[in-house]
Amino acid sequence: MLSCELGMKLVYAVLFLVLAPVAGGLLAGLDRIISARMQRRVGPGILQPFYDVLKLWDKEGVEGNPAQGFYIFSFLLFVVLSGVFFFAGGDLLLVIFTLTIASVLFVTAAYSSNSPYSQVSAQRELLQTMAYEPMMLLVAIGFYACCGSFAVGDILNSASLNIVRMPGLFLGMCFIFLIKFRKSPFDVAMSHEIHQELIQGLATEFSGRTLALIEVAHWYEDVFLFGFVYLFFGGAGLFTLVGGLLACALVYFLMILVDNCCSRVKWQHLLRCSWAVTLVLGFTNVVYLMFRMQGY
Amino acid sequence: MSYFTKSPWLIHYDGSSCNGCDIEVLACLTPLYDVERFGIVNTGNPKHADIFLVTGGVNTQNLPVVRQIYEQMPEPHVVVAVGTCACSGGVFRECYNMLGGMDRAIPVDVYVPGCAARPESIIDGVVKALGILEEKAKKLAEKKAEGGTNGAVG
Repeated sequence: MLSCELGMKLVYAVLFLVLAPVAGGLLAGLDRIISARMQRRVGPGILQPFYDVLKLWDKEGVEGNPAQGFYIFSFLLFVVLSGVFFFAGGDLLLVIFTLTIASVLFVTAAYSSNSPYSQVSAQRELLQTMAYEPMMLLVAIGFYACCGSFAVGDILNSASLNIVRMPGLFLGMCFIFLIKFRKSPFDVAMSHEIHQELIQGLATEFSGRTLALIEVAHWYEDVFLFGFVYLFFGGAGLFTLVGGLLACALVYFLMILVDNCCSRVKWQHLLRCSWAVTLVLGFTNVVYLMFRMQGY
Repeated sequence: MSYFTKSPWLIHYDGSSCNGCDIEVLACLTPLYDVERFGIVNTGNPKHADIFLVTGGVNTQNLPVVRQIYEQMPEPHVVVAVGTCACSGGVFRECYNMLGGMDRAIPVDVYVPGCAARPESIIDGVVKALGILEEKAKKLAEKKAEGGTNGAVG
């Protein structure tokens, strides 16, 4: 029985490894099409992100610092690793901390270059991490208070529907996902938009294969972040699958909509409103869950 | 088949243009022409770009800038000179500080004449550049194969 369970975990982890880049790339392509339609344009084909990455793979790489490649490879590795932990039903805290290591490695890669664009974006990325990290931790604490476990497997099979008891945490998490997905108005450190003040932000100094690896890492990250959305619909039996996937689709669409409606904010505003949301939606929800746990 | 023709990213630099051509370049991105259909992205970053779209002529002030952008672009890359000024210096040709068309500063692959060049002809020029880009990519791959494990090709 135990080996069978372990086998299933391994299967999920391998499925994530293989399918996540495909799904992530398609999602990125869909994002570009939906954005284009919102701007009354036709937009590129859905496979465009794959063409971009394959092209970058063939292009010459220019490295200001030879360590860049190592940092970016480690960034990809830790993003993949945190996804594997998640989909293998591992510990939520471990997942969040591994993801934090990944983002720190990305920042280190940006700091390793002398370019002022890269340096400023690295500082902004650290501020972004400061903005979203409290909410991520509160989500983990909330799941523990709600389901009595940090394990992803237990959370999915909890006694009742998670989102009913954690609506504040869900909304708060969707809010900080705007930062994680690098969407307007919070894309202060890196953006795919044209002609922005920091060129491409963190990715300014990377080219060729290193840039391709960054793209692939983002595909992995996107898919696995949607896993968090899915988690909120755990504990509902058959409804888990339908509700979870519908919620993912809705969150994805709303994020593109917000991205196309808003202009970029300053980092001070980003910090202030993300912490306000964390405090109002996240903290109060956790306090409620704590009281419930005590039996009030 | 290489993927260079499927995902050409370009950088646009205004040399000493009157902004007429630059407005037409930006018009290519609008819903009417929508060059993103072909995977074309205006990056603003030479390290990410495949196509250098340059408007206006070269003068003593922008000469080092143009050269620096050109040198920062990884191989393979192509240069498209947009507008009469970029092709030959145009009406500014005889000015005391002008050196002439963009080919005085960097090797130009495609010339798109017009004052201002129309979006249709700019897109045409970029498509022509894609053919050259493909050829350059092929040559680069051959050179790489000959050079064995030496991946960096200058």
